[in-house]
Amino acid sequence: MKNFKLLFSFMKGSRLLYLGAILSVAVAAFLSIINPLVLRFSIDNIIGGEPFEGPRVIVSILDFSGGKEALASNLWVMGLILIGLTALQGSFLFLQGRWLALASESIVKRIRDALYDHLQYIPYGYYSQRDTGDLIQRCTSDLDTIRHFLAGQFVEVGRIIFMIIFVSSIMLSLDLRMTLVSIMVIPFLFIFTFIFFLKVKNTFEKVDESEASMSTVLQENLTGVRVVRAFARQSYEIDKFDKKNREYRDLTYKLVRTLAWYWSLSDLLALTQIGIVVVFGVYWTVIGQITLGTLVVFTTYIGMLLWPIRQLGRILTDMGKTIVALERIDVILSEGVEVKSGNEITPQIKGKIQVKDLAFAYENEEPILDGLSFEVEAGETVAILGPTGSGKSTLVKLLTRLYDYNKGSIKVDGVELKRIRRDWVRKNIGLILQEPFLFAKSIKENISLAKVEAEDEEIFKVAKDAAVHNVILDFDKGYSTEVGERGVSLSGGQKQRVAIARTLIRDCPILIFDDSLSAVDTETDAQIRKALKRRNKDTTTFIISHRITTLAQADKILVLEDGKVVQSGDHEKLISQEGMYREIYLMQSGVKDKLKDKGWGGLNGCLS
Amino acid sequence: MDAYREEDYNKGFDLKLWQGVFNYIKPYKKELFTLALLMVGVAGADVIFPLMNKYAIDNFVVVGDLEGLIGFSWAYFGLVVFLATTVFLFIEKAGEIQTKISYDIRKNGFEHLQKLSFSYYDKKAVGWLMARMTSDVKKLGDTIAWGLVDMVWGSAMMVGIMGVMLYLNWKLALITLIVIPPLVLISLFFQKKILKAHRGVRKVNSQITGAFNEGIMGVQTTKTLVREEENLREFQGVTSKMRGQSVRAAIFSSLYLPIVLTLGSIGTGLALWFGGEGVMLEVIGYGTLVAFLSYTVQFFEPLRELARIFAELQSAQASAERVLSMINTDPEIKDSQEVIEVYGNILNPKYQNWPKLQGNISFKDVSFSYNDEEKILQEFNLEVKAAETIALVGETGSGKSTIINLLCRFYEPIKGEVLIDGVDYRQRSQLWLHQNLGYVLQSPYLFSGTIKENIRYGNLKASDLDIIEAAKMVNAHSFITKLEKGYDTQVGEGGGNLSTGEKQLISFARAILAKPRIFVLDEATSSIDTQMERVIQRAIDELIKDRTSFIVAHRLSTIRSADRILVIKDGKIKEAGSHKELLVKQGYYYNLYRKQFNEI
Repeated sequence: MKNFKLLFSFMKGSRLLYLGAILSVAVAAFLSIINPLVLRFSIDNIIGGEPFEGPRVIVSILDFSGGKEALASNLWVMGLILIGLTALQGSFLFLQGRWLALASESIVKRIRDALYDHLQYIPYGYYSQRDTGDLIQRCTSDLDTIRHFLAGQFVEVGRIIFMIIFVSSIMLSLDLRMTLVSIMVIPFLFIFTFIFFLKVKNTFEKVDESEASMSTVLQENLTGVRVVRAFARQSYEIDKFDKKNREYRDLTYKLVRTLAWYWSLSDLLALTQIGIVVVFGVYWTVIGQITLGTLVVFTTYIGMLLWPIRQLGRILTDMGKTIVALERIDVILSEGVEVKSGNEITPQIKGKIQVKDLAFAYENEEPILDGLSFEVEAGETVAILGPTGSGKSTLVKLLTRLYDYNKGSIKVDGVELKRIRRDWVRKNIGLILQEPFLFAKSIKENISLAKVEAEDEEIFKVAKDAAVHNVILDFDKGYSTEVGERGVSLSGGQKQRVAIARTLIRDCPILIFDDSLSAVDTETDAQIRKALKRRNKDTTTFIISHRITTLAQADKILVLEDGKVVQSGDHEKLISQEGMYREIYLMQSGVKDKLKDKGWGGLNGCLS
Repeated sequence: MDAYREEDYNKGFDLKLWQGVFNYIKPYKKELFTLALLMVGVAGADVIFPLMNKYAIDNFVVVGDLEGLIGFSWAYFGLVVFLATTVFLFIEKAGEIQTKISYDIRKNGFEHLQKLSFSYYDKKAVGWLMARMTSDVKKLGDTIAWGLVDMVWGSAMMVGIMGVMLYLNWKLALITLIVIPPLVLISLFFQKKILKAHRGVRKVNSQITGAFNEGIMGVQTTKTLVREEENLREFQGVTSKMRGQSVRAAIFSSLYLPIVLTLGSIGTGLALWFGGEGVMLEVIGYGTLVAFLSYTVQFFEPLRELARIFAELQSAQASAERVLSMINTDPEIKDSQEVIEVYGNILNPKYQNWPKLQGNISFKDVSFSYNDEEKILQEFNLEVKAAETIALVGETGSGKSTIINLLCRFYEPIKGEVLIDGVDYRQRSQLWLHQNLGYVLQSPYLFSGTIKENIRYGNLKASDLDIIEAAKMVNAHSFITKLEKGYDTQVGEGGGNLSTGEKQLISFARAILAKPRIFVLDEATSSIDTQMERVIQRAIDELIKDRTSFIVAHRLSTIRSADRILVIKDGKIKEAGSHKELLVKQGYYYNLYRKQFNEI
């Protein structure tokens, strides 16, 4: 019920439309059952010899218009009434369809937008524990289940209820015994339908699962095509796929067979019910207890009742699915968002950073930062080196407020970071990731993401600084090249450089390169760093890398281990100390071997 | 997500294409015939029911006689049972045909995909291929089976109803049937419109899925670039479009039904008018009138089905086109008929004829280009002796990877030849080469499953002991045993549960288990921390022992331990020699080396 409340709140603004749609359904349903009455009247009273009966008003109107004779010689009038009524019913059906579509699509749009917006503001940590596929499924197919319900079944249930009420009351007013005979099989049909769809639900799920697992084999085979070929495992893969393919085929067939049982059995029940009506109706008509017109009305009505009821089981089980889907969406929507406290500020940022006794642990995990302290003056370049798990990336995430620290402090120009508004922090601290994400837009749009209004000149300038301008011009479509599945897939290094460009476009006083030059060759790496210096001397820059050549020129180098700074200083200082920096330096430059290697002489001079 | 984008198609009927589809239908000719027969049966029963009512009215009600009512009841029930049985049989049959044909097409498609060359995979995105193998095949199988059901049923119903009406009273029938032509035209018109509108909806829908995907995958980017508001604005643009399209589609559907209903009621009205007059003049029986009244209502259902099928055939044709074009693509690299005769194909390799691969490789005047325009390699020559280790060094785009691709026969030279043990490799089967090849990619790819299963991929007959042995050789054993479930740890889709370094080690173990004669490693540039790097280095040393090895090298330690370093530039060997020789030479390598590792 709680979930329907959620749905109801999204209905705001469309409730009137919904009401209108439901009223139209009621009117259309009512009109649809009038038609057989017109037929009955024509058959019994006009064509046949039965006297007029019914409300006095109608009778007098009929008498006034000329009575039976006039109508009999102008039978087309009755035909016209029939057509008119159907057209009227049609108009209401149209109104229902239109209003329903407007209402349900608006609701779905509202939920969609709300989901998208909410997802953007959920703290970053949430995503590291979530499976993207699952989230997307909730936002798309679960929402589609709800849409399906809103746009069709919701009102369909209403129609069936109205029909049952109208039809049974008219039936009752015509003949009680006939009514009882007409509905005797219906409860069985109803129960049968419901139980069947509850039972078959499992089979539906199994088929879906089997299809998914077949798709996975296919997808892995396609993605890993090089591995398959390199190990010559084609026939193994064919067998693997064939097994899944077979499974899927057999399960689908089983499902269809089950459905065949359902449709044929429910046909049997429904048609038997009609047969009962015909036989009893004929009997009573012959012995003169009901008229021929009544018989025709009952046979028509019973058909009108039976076919929707057969669908009802399906609708009810789908309703169960809708409830589950609502729950799954609600899980996302009730996830907390990044908190905004009212007194956050947006100070001018120059770039001095002081980190003191900083400590942080991810939920239920060992602390990853543990008493980290360092200071950086505005305009300085700081390099950070450390093994995986030493806390580099965590530090970066704390600096950009993707996470908030538990203990200690980070001050930017003397102001506690937590007091500065999140979007302000991120606007001033540009972060470039090792594996940057590019959107499926043109390269130009990707670069101007953070500054939509940027001029071409500006875009070219930052692309040049990021040493990617010429690369882009080499593409057939230059800056208009689409990134992604339909377009060009960029290499890791090209992506990193585009990411640098898009960060540079908003002049940030602080820049962080989180190993974001790793896929760029050393020469280009140096070129980019030079361009950065040229751009703005006052930018505070953090560079995280495993490459000594990238780190060496920094004003200050920090070596991180187990969440602490274990060494700091410039290159000269660090290579003269025992420690990780020196060790890696020696390894990367091969100096260790050089000493024993006489053929090395030529290179000696290059090492300062 | 773009791969799921619907392509536009507006072609007419394509006979040749359907002939291709017919190949898949052929094995089920008998079943389809049975199905068609069943549908005629169903339609027949559907047509007979109103006749039963007519019979009851004319023979019992009008006459006022109850004699034979019991027999009539049994006949009625018999008809009900007949109909229910045929319904069961036809659904089952159609299901059988649908699932079997889809299965056949998928099987065929998958087998073909295993034969297609890399040049094909380089051009097509995985999503694009997936869409063909899943939704398109499904659509095709559905249309073949259920399309036939609807078509036969619909036509038989129409013919049956018209026939019975004409038989009962041809004058009244002709009057009532006036509504058919406009019904047909309007149905066709609307079904086409509805289908088109739905296609529009699906198009936007895939954009929405794409947007969610990007929003979630790129959440860190969005946050760090403070793009939230801009993103939402763009997203709302798409959802508004979606709402517009969906409402449009719904309005078409909700216009169609009323119009058809009203048109149908004109038929009913006409039947009532003229039929009623006939009854009063006693030229038509009551039963006939009632039967006419129900037929006019019954008419519109088969008509709608027929119109829908004709509209849908067009999109089924597009599906067929996409699936068949994939299956009919010729692999660029094929073993010749003679080669297959001697060495077998991928399904039936003739191992007994396979010569042992020693590992001597030579490139003879090899030229190559990916797109005919730019020559990547021109008259390239290289001799490699068995068990030699070759390091390829050079900038991106220099041709290193091309040399590897040609060596592995993922591509073939345009001119010249590649000899393995003195024989052009085109005279041996691809499988022979690949079975002898150990190939480790820059970004290691693992299949979902356990670590053990992934290592075993290198040699399906390997025992658990062999697997542990291989893991030990590449130093993967220690990290694997530290995992809670050890070798039975699930690696996740694409190996997602493991770090890049760990994946690399497992892919090494997999390669070593294959006992390849030629080993190829495309070394990763991605940053792995220093400890891991050392472990991986030792693993590589183990791998290249005693086998011809090609390494696209980035790590200094790998480069230095090679027997021969080839510096590749613009598709040519710029320098070649051992590390020492090249340094002494003080040429290109010396400079490259200096820049890369000793810039300071």
